[in-house]
Amino acid sequence: MRRERWKAAALPVALLVGLEVWARASGIQSDALAPPSAIAVALVQAFADGSIIGATRDTLASAFAGLLVGGAVGLSLGIALGIFKPFDRLMEVTIESLRPIPSIALLPIALIALGFGYRMEIVIVAFACVWPILILSRAAVRSIEPRLIEVSRALKLSPGDRVRKIIIPAALPRIFLAFRLAAGIALIVAVTVEIAINPIGLGAGIMTAQQALRPDLMLAYLLWIGLIGYALNTGLMLAQKHLFGPAALAGDGR
Amino acid sequence: MIISAAARAPVTPATAPPAKSQIAFSHVTLDLGGKTIVEDVSLDVRQGEFLCIIGASGCGKTTALRLAAGLYQPTSGDVTFDGALMRAPRRDVAIVFQDYGKALLPWRTAAGNVSLALETIGMPAAQRPARIDELLKKVGLPNHADKYPAEMSGGMQQRLQIARCLAQEPKALLMDEPFGALDAMTRQGLQDEVLELVAASGATVIFVTHDLEEAIYLGDRVIGLLPHPGRIGIELSIDLPRPRDQLTTREQPEFLRLRRELFDFIKASEA
Repeated sequence: MRRERWKAAALPVALLVGLEVWARASGIQSDALAPPSAIAVALVQAFADGSIIGATRDTLASAFAGLLVGGAVGLSLGIALGIFKPFDRLMEVTIESLRPIPSIALLPIALIALGFGYRMEIVIVAFACVWPILILSRAAVRSIEPRLIEVSRALKLSPGDRVRKIIIPAALPRIFLAFRLAAGIALIVAVTVEIAINPIGLGAGIMTAQQALRPDLMLAYLLWIGLIGYALNTGLMLAQKHLFGPAALAGDGR
Repeated sequence: MIISAAARAPVTPATAPPAKSQIAFSHVTLDLGGKTIVEDVSLDVRQGEFLCIIGASGCGKTTALRLAAGLYQPTSGDVTFDGALMRAPRRDVAIVFQDYGKALLPWRTAAGNVSLALETIGMPAAQRPARIDELLKKVGLPNHADKYPAEMSGGMQQRLQIARCLAQEPKALLMDEPFGALDAMTRQGLQDEVLELVAASGATVIFVTHDLEEAIYLGDRVIGLLPHPGRIGIELSIDLPRPRDQLTTREQPEFLRLRRELFDFIKASEA
Protein backbone atom coordinates (compact mmCIF):
# COMPACT_ATOMS: atom_id res chain seq x y z
CA MET A 1 0.00 0.00 0.00
CA ARG A 2 2.67 2.47 1.06
CA ARG A 3 4.89 1.47 -1.83
CA GLU A 4 1.94 2.09 -4.20
CA ARG A 5 1.56 5.59 -2.77
CA TRP A 6 5.21 6.30 -3.42
CA LYS A 7 4.84 5.11 -6.98
CA ALA A 8 1.92 7.49 -7.46
CA ALA A 9 3.99 10.36 -6.05
CA ALA A 10 7.05 9.57 -8.19
CA LEU A 11 5.79 11.28 -11.36
CA PRO A 12 4.83 14.66 -9.83
CA VAL A 13 8.07 14.77 -7.80
CA ALA A 14 10.16 14.00 -10.88
CA LEU A 15 8.30 16.69 -12.83
CA LEU A 16 8.89 19.28 -10.10
CA VAL A 17 12.60 18.46 -9.92
CA GLY A 18 12.86 18.59 -13.71
CA LEU A 19 11.05 21.91 -13.83
CA GLU A 20 13.32 23.36 -11.14
CA VAL A 21 16.47 22.20 -12.93
CA TRP A 22 15.24 23.49 -16.28
CA ALA A 23 14.18 26.88 -14.84
CA ARG A 24 17.56 27.39 -13.19
CA ALA A 25 19.57 26.15 -16.14
CA SER A 26 17.76 28.34 -18.66
CA GLY A 27 17.50 31.31 -16.28
CA ILE A 28 14.02 32.17 -17.54
CA GLN A 29 12.40 35.54 -17.03
CA SER A 30 8.65 34.97 -17.37
CA ASP A 31 5.40 36.58 -16.25
CA ALA A 32 3.62 33.21 -16.38
CA LEU A 33 6.09 30.67 -15.02
CA ALA A 34 8.35 30.45 -11.98
CA PRO A 35 10.67 27.75 -10.63
CA PRO A 36 9.02 25.47 -8.03
CA SER A 37 11.33 26.71 -5.31
CA ALA A 38 10.22 30.31 -5.88
CA ILE A 39 6.58 29.19 -5.76
CA ALA A 40 7.21 27.44 -2.44
CA VAL A 41 8.89 30.54 -1.03
CA ALA A 42 6.00 32.75 -2.19
CA LEU A 43 3.50 30.37 -0.59
CA VAL A 44 5.34 30.44 2.73
CA GLN A 45 5.57 34.25 2.58
CA ALA A 46 1.84 34.54 1.81
CA PHE A 47 1.17 32.43 4.89
CA ALA A 48 3.59 34.47 6.97
CA ASP A 49 1.95 37.80 6.15
CA GLY A 50 -1.52 36.25 6.60
CA SER A 51 -2.82 37.32 3.19
CA ILE A 52 -3.49 33.78 1.92
CA ILE A 53 -5.15 32.80 5.20
CA GLY A 54 -7.65 35.64 4.97
CA ALA A 55 -8.27 34.89 1.31
CA THR A 56 -8.84 31.20 2.09
CA ARG A 57 -11.32 32.14 4.79
CA ASP A 58 -13.25 34.41 2.41
CA THR A 59 -13.40 31.83 -0.35
CA LEU A 60 -14.35 28.91 1.87
CA ALA A 61 -16.93 30.96 3.76
CA SER A 62 -18.62 31.96 0.50
CA ALA A 63 -18.35 28.46 -0.97
CA PHE A 64 -19.78 26.73 2.11
CA ALA A 65 -22.52 29.29 2.67
CA GLY A 66 -23.51 28.91 -0.98
CA LEU A 67 -23.33 25.13 -0.70
CA LEU A 68 -25.57 25.17 2.37
CA VAL A 69 -28.15 27.50 0.85
CA GLY A 70 -28.14 25.76 -2.52
CA GLY A 71 -28.06 22.35 -0.85
CA ALA A 72 -31.03 23.13 1.37
CA VAL A 73 -33.07 24.42 -1.57
CA GLY A 74 -32.00 21.58 -3.88
CA LEU A 75 -32.56 18.88 -1.28
CA SER A 76 -36.03 20.00 -0.23
CA LEU A 77 -37.11 20.52 -3.84
CA GLY A 78 -35.51 17.24 -4.91
CA ILE A 79 -37.28 15.26 -2.19
CA ALA A 80 -40.60 16.96 -2.88
CA LEU A 81 -40.27 16.33 -6.62
CA GLY A 82 -39.28 12.73 -5.97
CA ILE A 83 -42.32 12.10 -3.79
CA PHE A 84 -45.04 14.02 -5.65
CA LYS A 85 -45.17 13.09 -9.32
CA PRO A 86 -47.73 15.84 -10.18
CA PHE A 87 -45.48 18.48 -8.60
CA ASP A 88 -42.59 17.12 -10.66
CA ARG A 89 -44.56 17.46 -13.89
CA LEU A 90 -45.66 20.95 -12.88
CA MET A 91 -42.07 22.07 -12.29
CA GLU A 92 -40.43 20.21 -15.17
CA VAL A 93 -40.35 23.04 -17.72
CA THR A 94 -39.33 25.63 -15.15
CA ILE A 95 -36.46 23.52 -13.88
CA GLU A 96 -35.24 22.38 -17.25
CA SER A 97 -35.15 25.94 -18.55
CA LEU A 98 -33.33 27.34 -15.50
CA ARG A 99 -30.86 24.51 -15.12
CA PRO A 100 -28.80 25.06 -18.29
CA ILE A 101 -28.05 28.69 -17.37
CA PRO A 102 -24.35 28.81 -16.50
CA SER A 103 -24.21 30.10 -12.95
CA ILE A 104 -21.47 32.53 -13.86
CA ALA A 105 -23.82 34.18 -16.39
CA LEU A 106 -25.81 35.45 -13.40
CA LEU A 107 -22.79 37.53 -12.40
CA PRO A 108 -23.88 40.83 -14.01
CA ILE A 109 -27.38 40.61 -12.51
CA ALA A 110 -26.11 39.56 -9.11
CA LEU A 111 -23.57 42.37 -9.15
CA ILE A 112 -26.21 45.01 -9.93
CA ALA A 113 -28.60 43.61 -7.35
CA LEU A 114 -26.18 42.85 -4.52
CA GLY A 115 -22.91 44.66 -5.22
CA PHE A 116 -19.45 43.28 -4.48
CA GLY A 117 -18.82 41.01 -1.53
CA TYR A 118 -19.97 37.80 0.08
CA ARG A 119 -23.67 38.02 -0.65
CA MET A 120 -23.34 38.16 -4.41
CA GLU A 121 -20.82 35.31 -4.43
CA ILE A 122 -22.98 33.15 -2.13
CA VAL A 123 -26.02 33.61 -4.37
CA ILE A 124 -24.10 32.50 -7.46
CA VAL A 125 -22.53 29.52 -5.70
CA ALA A 126 -25.95 28.54 -4.34
CA PHE A 127 -27.48 28.69 -7.82
CA ALA A 128 -24.74 26.40 -9.12
CA CYS A 129 -25.19 23.93 -6.23
CA VAL A 130 -28.99 23.66 -6.39
CA TRP A 131 -29.07 21.63 -9.60
CA PRO A 132 -26.81 18.66 -8.96
CA ILE A 133 -28.33 18.21 -5.51
CA LEU A 134 -31.88 18.60 -6.79
CA ILE A 135 -31.41 16.14 -9.66
CA LEU A 136 -29.53 13.56 -7.61
CA SER A 137 -31.75 13.70 -4.53
CA ARG A 138 -34.83 13.41 -6.74
CA ALA A 139 -33.31 10.33 -8.36
CA ALA A 140 -32.33 8.99 -4.93
CA VAL A 141 -35.88 9.31 -3.64
CA ARG A 142 -37.31 7.71 -6.78
CA SER A 143 -35.00 4.71 -6.47
CA ILE A 144 -36.01 3.84 -2.91
CA GLU A 145 -37.10 0.23 -2.58
CA PRO A 146 -40.88 0.32 -3.21
CA ARG A 147 -41.37 -2.32 -0.51
CA LEU A 148 -40.14 0.18 2.09
CA ILE A 149 -42.77 2.67 0.95
CA GLU A 150 -45.37 -0.08 1.32
CA VAL A 151 -44.12 -0.85 4.80
CA SER A 152 -44.59 2.80 5.69
CA ARG A 153 -48.12 2.64 4.25
CA ALA A 154 -48.88 -0.57 6.15
CA LEU A 155 -47.68 1.03 9.39
CA LYS A 156 -49.62 4.19 8.53
CA LEU A 157 -46.68 6.51 9.06
CA SER A 158 -47.59 10.18 8.93
CA PRO A 159 -46.20 12.05 5.88
CA GLY A 160 -43.59 13.74 8.07
CA ASP A 161 -42.50 10.45 9.62
CA ARG A 162 -42.41 8.82 6.21
CA VAL A 163 -39.94 11.44 4.98
CA ARG A 164 -37.92 11.50 8.20
CA LYS A 165 -37.82 7.80 9.05
CA ILE A 166 -37.94 6.10 5.65
CA ILE A 167 -37.21 8.36 2.68
CA ILE A 168 -34.30 10.44 3.93
CA PRO A 169 -32.38 7.57 5.60
CA ALA A 170 -32.93 5.35 2.55
CA ALA A 171 -31.73 8.06 0.17
CA LEU A 172 -29.00 9.41 2.43
CA PRO A 173 -25.95 7.67 0.92
CA ARG A 174 -26.81 9.02 -2.53
CA ILE A 175 -27.74 12.43 -1.16
CA PHE A 176 -24.32 12.62 0.51
CA LEU A 177 -22.69 11.78 -2.81
CA ALA A 178 -24.61 14.70 -4.33
CA PHE A 179 -23.26 16.99 -1.60
CA ARG A 180 -19.73 15.83 -2.33
CA LEU A 181 -20.12 16.67 -6.00
CA ALA A 182 -21.71 20.01 -5.13
CA ALA A 183 -18.89 20.88 -2.72
CA GLY A 184 -16.41 20.62 -5.59
CA ILE A 185 -18.65 22.79 -7.76
CA ALA A 186 -19.02 25.34 -4.95
CA LEU A 187 -15.25 25.81 -4.71
CA ILE A 188 -14.86 26.13 -8.48
CA VAL A 189 -17.67 28.67 -8.80
CA ALA A 190 -16.51 30.71 -5.80
CA VAL A 191 -12.98 31.05 -7.21
CA THR A 192 -14.36 31.81 -10.67
CA VAL A 193 -16.53 34.64 -9.33
CA GLU A 194 -13.52 36.05 -7.48
CA ILE A 195 -11.30 35.88 -10.55
CA ALA A 196 -13.97 37.45 -12.73
CA ILE A 197 -15.01 40.35 -10.56
CA ASN A 198 -15.31 39.93 -6.79
CA PRO A 199 -12.35 41.51 -4.98
CA ILE A 200 -12.18 38.96 -2.15
CA GLY A 201 -10.76 35.50 -1.61
CA LEU A 202 -8.27 33.29 -3.39
CA GLY A 203 -9.45 34.17 -6.90
CA ALA A 204 -8.86 37.86 -6.25
CA GLY A 205 -5.47 36.90 -4.79
CA ILE A 206 -4.48 35.25 -8.06
CA MET A 207 -5.58 38.32 -10.03
CA THR A 208 -3.65 40.69 -7.76
CA ALA A 209 -0.50 38.58 -8.09
CA GLN A 210 -0.90 38.47 -11.85
CA GLN A 211 -1.29 42.24 -12.10
CA ALA A 212 1.73 42.70 -9.84
CA LEU A 213 3.71 40.52 -12.28
CA ARG A 214 4.37 37.95 -9.55
CA PRO A 215 4.12 34.55 -11.31
CA ASP A 216 5.57 32.83 -8.23
CA LEU A 217 2.78 34.14 -5.98
CA MET A 218 0.12 33.50 -8.66
CA LEU A 219 1.21 29.88 -8.99
CA ALA A 220 1.44 29.58 -5.20
CA TYR A 221 -2.27 30.52 -5.00
CA LEU A 222 -3.05 28.05 -7.74
CA LEU A 223 -1.21 25.28 -5.90
CA TRP A 224 -3.00 26.17 -2.67
CA ILE A 225 -6.44 26.07 -4.33
CA GLY A 226 -5.59 22.64 -5.68
CA LEU A 227 -4.59 21.47 -2.21
CA ILE A 228 -7.82 22.81 -0.69
CA GLY A 229 -9.91 21.04 -3.33
CA TYR A 230 -8.02 17.82 -2.75
CA ALA A 231 -8.39 18.07 1.04
CA LEU A 232 -12.11 18.85 0.70
CA ASN A 233 -12.79 15.81 -1.46
CA THR A 234 -10.64 13.51 0.67
CA GLY A 235 -12.33 14.71 3.84
CA LEU A 236 -15.81 14.20 2.41
CA MET A 237 -14.86 10.78 1.05
CA LEU A 238 -13.60 9.73 4.46
CA ALA A 239 -16.78 11.01 6.05
CA GLN A 240 -18.85 9.12 3.47
CA LYS A 241 -16.93 5.92 4.06
CA HIS A 242 -17.20 6.34 7.80
CA LEU A 243 -20.91 7.15 7.74
CA PHE A 244 -22.19 4.70 5.17
CA GLY A 245 -19.56 1.98 4.95
CA PRO A 246 -17.66 0.83 1.88
CA ALA A 247 -20.90 -0.03 0.07
CA ALA A 248 -21.66 3.65 -0.39
CA LEU A 249 -18.46 4.13 -2.39
CA ALA A 250 -19.19 1.26 -4.76
CA GLY A 251 -19.58 2.39 -8.34
CA ASP A 252 -17.92 5.64 -7.46
CA GLY A 253 -14.84 5.12 -9.58
CA ARG A 254 -12.63 4.22 -6.63
CA MET B 1 -60.19 -20.89 39.02
CA ILE B 2 -60.19 -17.39 37.57
CA ILE B 3 -56.45 -17.57 36.91
CA SER B 4 -56.67 -20.82 35.00
CA ALA B 5 -59.53 -19.49 32.91
CA ALA B 6 -57.54 -16.38 32.05
CA ALA B 7 -54.48 -18.43 31.17
CA ARG B 8 -56.48 -20.57 28.81
CA ALA B 9 -58.43 -17.72 27.30
CA PRO B 10 -55.97 -16.61 24.60
CA VAL B 11 -55.74 -20.14 23.22
CA THR B 12 -59.48 -20.59 22.84
CA PRO B 13 -60.03 -18.43 19.72
CA ALA B 14 -57.67 -20.52 17.60
CA THR B 15 -59.08 -23.86 18.65
CA ALA B 16 -62.74 -22.85 18.60
CA PRO B 17 -63.04 -19.76 16.41
CA PRO B 18 -66.17 -17.72 17.02
CA ALA B 19 -68.40 -17.49 14.00
CA LYS B 20 -68.06 -13.70 13.70
CA SER B 21 -66.70 -12.66 10.32
CA GLN B 22 -63.75 -10.28 10.49
CA ILE B 23 -62.41 -9.92 6.96
CA ALA B 24 -65.06 -10.08 4.26
CA PHE B 25 -64.72 -9.99 0.47
CA SER B 26 -68.00 -9.36 -1.28
CA HIS B 27 -67.98 -9.88 -5.07
CA VAL B 28 -64.51 -8.38 -5.34
CA THR B 29 -63.10 -7.78 -8.81
CA LEU B 30 -59.79 -6.06 -9.51
CA ASP B 31 -58.54 -4.88 -12.90
CA LEU B 32 -54.95 -3.77 -13.21
CA GLY B 33 -53.58 -2.42 -16.49
CA GLY B 34 -56.63 -3.56 -18.45
CA LYS B 35 -56.38 -7.11 -17.17
CA THR B 36 -58.70 -8.74 -14.68
CA ILE B 37 -56.52 -10.11 -11.91
CA VAL B 38 -59.20 -11.18 -9.44
CA GLU B 39 -62.80 -11.80 -10.45
CA ASP B 40 -65.90 -11.91 -8.29
CA VAL B 41 -64.30 -13.28 -5.14
CA SER B 42 -66.56 -13.57 -2.12
CA LEU B 43 -64.99 -14.76 1.07
CA ASP B 44 -65.49 -14.54 4.81
CA VAL B 45 -62.66 -14.98 7.28
CA ARG B 46 -63.82 -15.54 10.83
CA GLN B 47 -62.17 -13.85 13.74
CA GLY B 48 -59.27 -15.98 14.95
CA GLU B 49 -59.37 -18.20 11.87
CA PHE B 50 -56.19 -19.36 10.10
CA LEU B 51 -56.99 -19.22 6.39
CA CYS B 52 -54.48 -20.42 3.81
CA ILE B 53 -54.67 -19.42 0.16
CA ILE B 54 -52.96 -21.60 -2.42
CA GLY B 55 -52.85 -21.61 -6.19
CA ALA B 56 -50.61 -21.89 -9.22
CA SER B 57 -48.28 -18.94 -9.78
CA GLY B 58 -50.04 -15.95 -11.29
CA CYS B 59 -53.44 -16.95 -9.90
CA GLY B 60 -53.84 -13.71 -7.96
CA LYS B 61 -53.27 -15.03 -4.45
CA THR B 62 -50.84 -12.26 -3.53
CA THR B 63 -53.23 -9.75 -5.10
CA ALA B 64 -56.06 -11.11 -2.94
CA LEU B 65 -53.88 -10.62 0.12
CA ARG B 66 -53.04 -7.06 -0.91
CA LEU B 67 -56.75 -6.35 -1.32
CA ALA B 68 -57.32 -7.64 2.19
CA ALA B 69 -54.49 -5.37 3.38
CA GLY B 70 -55.95 -2.27 1.77
CA LEU B 71 -52.88 -1.85 -0.44
CA TYR B 72 -55.12 -2.29 -3.49
CA GLN B 73 -58.67 -1.02 -3.89
CA PRO B 74 -61.14 -3.31 -5.67
CA THR B 75 -62.48 -2.19 -9.05
CA SER B 76 -65.88 -3.43 -7.94
CA GLY B 77 -67.16 -5.11 -4.81
CA ASP B 78 -66.14 -4.44 -1.23
CA VAL B 79 -63.49 -5.56 1.19
CA THR B 80 -64.44 -4.96 4.78
CA PHE B 81 -62.68 -5.43 8.09
CA ASP B 82 -64.87 -5.68 11.19
CA GLY B 83 -67.62 -4.21 9.07
CA ALA B 84 -65.62 -1.15 7.96
CA LEU B 85 -64.52 -0.68 4.35
CA MET B 86 -60.77 -1.18 3.76
CA ARG B 87 -59.91 2.07 2.01
CA ALA B 88 -56.29 2.08 3.18
CA PRO B 89 -54.04 -0.14 5.29
CA ARG B 90 -54.90 -0.25 9.00
CA ARG B 91 -52.50 -0.43 11.92
CA ASP B 92 -54.33 -3.38 13.44
CA VAL B 93 -53.81 -5.38 10.24
CA ALA B 94 -50.15 -6.32 9.91
CA ILE B 95 -48.54 -7.49 6.68
CA VAL B 96 -45.62 -9.91 6.59
CA PHE B 97 -43.97 -9.53 3.19
CA GLN B 98 -42.25 -12.37 1.41
CA ASP B 99 -39.09 -10.42 0.64
CA TYR B 100 -38.03 -9.75 4.22
CA GLY B 101 -34.68 -8.37 3.01
CA LYS B 102 -36.46 -5.47 1.33
CA ALA B 103 -39.12 -4.92 3.96
CA LEU B 104 -36.68 -4.25 6.82
CA LEU B 105 -34.90 -0.93 7.23
CA PRO B 106 -31.24 -1.78 6.58
CA TRP B 107 -30.00 1.28 8.51
CA ARG B 108 -31.79 0.28 11.69
CA THR B 109 -30.81 -2.54 14.04
CA ALA B 110 -33.22 -5.34 14.90
CA ALA B 111 -34.37 -3.32 17.91
CA GLY B 112 -34.72 -0.22 15.73
CA ASN B 113 -36.86 -2.05 13.20
CA VAL B 114 -39.25 -3.23 15.89
CA SER B 115 -39.17 0.25 17.38
CA LEU B 116 -40.48 1.71 14.10
CA ALA B 117 -43.83 0.01 14.67
CA LEU B 118 -43.89 1.06 18.33
CA GLU B 119 -43.14 4.66 17.35
CA THR B 120 -46.07 4.70 14.94
CA ILE B 121 -48.52 3.42 17.53
CA GLY B 122 -47.30 6.24 19.76
CA MET B 123 -45.66 4.25 22.54
CA PRO B 124 -43.55 6.56 24.77
CA ALA B 125 -39.79 6.12 24.26
CA ALA B 126 -39.28 5.03 27.87
CA GLN B 127 -41.53 1.99 27.46
CA ARG B 128 -40.11 0.85 24.12
CA PRO B 129 -36.94 -1.03 25.18
CA ALA B 130 -38.83 -3.42 27.45
CA ARG B 131 -41.45 -4.09 24.79
CA ILE B 132 -38.75 -4.60 22.13
CA ASP B 133 -36.95 -7.12 24.33
CA GLU B 134 -40.20 -8.94 24.92
CA LEU B 135 -41.06 -9.09 21.21
CA LEU B 136 -37.60 -10.19 20.10
CA LYS B 137 -37.68 -12.90 22.74
CA LYS B 138 -41.08 -14.01 21.49
CA VAL B 139 -39.77 -14.60 17.97
CA GLY B 140 -36.57 -16.26 19.20
CA LEU B 141 -34.13 -13.39 18.66
CA PRO B 142 -33.37 -12.41 22.26
CA ASN B 143 -29.66 -11.73 21.78
CA HIS B 144 -29.76 -10.04 18.40
CA ALA B 145 -31.21 -6.63 19.27
CA ASP B 146 -28.10 -4.76 18.16
CA LYS B 147 -27.59 -6.60 14.88
CA TYR B 148 -28.38 -5.05 11.54
CA PRO B 149 -30.59 -7.02 9.12
CA ALA B 150 -27.59 -7.56 6.83
CA GLU B 151 -25.86 -9.41 9.67
CA MET B 152 -28.76 -11.86 10.09
CA SER B 153 -29.74 -15.02 8.21
CA GLY B 154 -32.91 -15.15 6.12
CA GLY B 155 -34.81 -16.98 8.83
CA MET B 156 -33.74 -14.44 11.43
CA GLN B 157 -34.74 -11.55 9.18
CA GLN B 158 -38.18 -13.04 8.67
CA ARG B 159 -38.53 -13.53 12.44
CA LEU B 160 -37.62 -9.89 12.84
CA GLN B 161 -40.27 -8.83 10.37
CA ILE B 162 -42.81 -10.92 12.27
CA ALA B 163 -41.71 -9.24 15.51
CA ARG B 164 -42.28 -5.83 13.93
CA CYS B 165 -45.75 -6.92 12.84
CA LEU B 166 -46.56 -8.22 16.34
CA ALA B 167 -45.48 -4.85 17.71
CA GLN B 168 -48.50 -3.35 15.95
CA GLU B 169 -50.64 -5.59 18.19
CA PRO B 170 -52.58 -6.66 15.12
CA LYS B 171 -56.06 -8.15 15.08
CA ALA B 172 -55.12 -9.80 11.81
CA LEU B 173 -51.87 -10.95 10.24
CA LEU B 174 -51.61 -11.11 6.47
CA MET B 175 -48.67 -13.25 5.39
CA ASP B 176 -47.51 -13.38 1.77
CA GLU B 177 -45.48 -16.55 1.20
CA PRO B 178 -43.44 -15.63 4.27
CA PHE B 179 -41.31 -18.77 4.28
CA GLY B 180 -41.04 -19.27 0.52
CA ALA B 181 -37.38 -18.31 0.37
CA LEU B 182 -36.25 -20.26 3.42
CA ASP B 183 -34.74 -23.75 3.62
CA ALA B 184 -36.94 -26.66 4.69
CA MET B 185 -35.70 -26.96 8.29
CA THR B 186 -35.95 -23.24 9.01
CA ARG B 187 -39.38 -23.20 7.42
CA GLN B 188 -40.74 -25.98 9.63
CA GLY B 189 -39.40 -24.29 12.74
CA LEU B 190 -41.03 -21.01 11.76
CA GLN B 191 -44.33 -22.72 10.92
CA ASP B 192 -44.56 -24.03 14.47
CA GLU B 193 -43.55 -20.67 15.91
CA VAL B 194 -46.19 -18.85 13.90
CA LEU B 195 -48.84 -21.32 15.08
CA GLU B 196 -47.82 -20.72 18.67
CA LEU B 197 -47.74 -16.93 18.29
CA VAL B 198 -51.12 -16.90 16.60
CA ALA B 199 -52.64 -19.22 19.20
CA ALA B 200 -51.33 -16.94 21.94
CA SER B 201 -52.57 -13.70 20.37
CA GLY B 202 -55.83 -14.96 18.90
CA ALA B 203 -55.15 -13.01 15.69
CA THR B 204 -56.88 -13.81 12.43
CA VAL B 205 -54.44 -14.97 9.75
CA ILE B 206 -54.54 -15.04 5.98
CA PHE B 207 -51.53 -16.99 4.82
CA VAL B 208 -50.61 -17.16 1.13
CA THR B 209 -48.35 -20.01 0.08
CA HIS B 210 -47.57 -22.20 -2.89
CA ASP B 211 -46.63 -25.09 -0.59
CA LEU B 212 -49.70 -27.34 -0.29
CA GLU B 213 -48.44 -29.21 2.76
CA GLU B 214 -47.67 -25.94 4.51
CA ALA B 215 -51.22 -24.75 3.85
CA ILE B 216 -52.77 -27.92 5.27
CA TYR B 217 -50.39 -28.03 8.21
CA LEU B 218 -51.11 -24.46 9.27
CA GLY B 219 -54.67 -23.74 8.28
CA ASP B 220 -58.16 -24.10 9.65
CA ARG B 221 -59.30 -23.73 6.07
CA VAL B 222 -57.57 -23.77 2.68
CA ILE B 223 -58.81 -21.91 -0.36
CA GLY B 224 -57.43 -22.72 -3.79
CA LEU B 225 -57.54 -20.08 -6.52
CA LEU B 226 -57.92 -20.71 -10.24
CA PRO B 227 -55.81 -18.51 -12.53
CA HIS B 228 -56.72 -16.05 -15.34
CA PRO B 229 -58.59 -14.40 -13.77
CA GLY B 230 -58.16 -15.33 -10.12
CA ARG B 231 -61.27 -16.88 -8.59
CA ILE B 232 -62.03 -19.38 -5.89
CA GLY B 233 -61.83 -22.94 -7.20
CA ILE B 234 -61.77 -25.07 -4.09
CA GLU B 235 -62.42 -24.65 -0.40
CA LEU B 236 -61.39 -27.26 2.13
CA SER B 237 -61.96 -27.23 5.82
CA ILE B 238 -59.01 -28.68 7.73
CA ASP B 239 -60.14 -30.60 10.78
CA LEU B 240 -56.76 -31.93 11.87
CA PRO B 241 -56.32 -31.76 15.65
CA ARG B 242 -54.28 -28.96 17.22
CA PRO B 243 -51.59 -28.50 18.40
CA ARG B 244 -50.11 -29.82 15.21
CA ASP B 245 -46.89 -31.74 15.00
CA GLN B 246 -44.45 -31.77 12.14
CA LEU B 247 -44.20 -35.57 12.18
CA THR B 248 -47.50 -37.01 13.36
CA THR B 249 -49.81 -34.45 11.73
CA ARG B 250 -48.16 -34.94 8.37
CA GLU B 251 -48.54 -38.72 8.70
CA GLN B 252 -52.28 -38.72 9.33
CA PRO B 253 -54.47 -40.26 6.59
CA GLU B 254 -56.63 -37.13 6.62
CA PHE B 255 -53.55 -34.97 5.94
CA LEU B 256 -52.57 -37.19 3.03
CA ARG B 257 -56.10 -37.16 1.65
CA LEU B 258 -56.24 -33.36 1.76
CA ARG B 259 -52.84 -33.15 0.14
CA ARG B 260 -54.03 -35.43 -2.66
CA GLU B 261 -57.13 -33.34 -3.19
CA LEU B 262 -55.22 -30.05 -3.38
CA PHE B 263 -52.56 -31.59 -5.58
CA ASP B 264 -55.21 -32.75 -8.05
CA PHE B 265 -56.79 -29.31 -7.95
CA ILE B 266 -53.53 -27.53 -8.74
CA LYS B 267 -52.72 -29.97 -11.50
CA ALA B 268 -56.14 -29.49 -13.08
CA SER B 269 -55.89 -25.70 -12.76
CA GLU B 270 -52.56 -25.63 -14.56
CA ALA B 271 -53.77 -27.87 -17.40
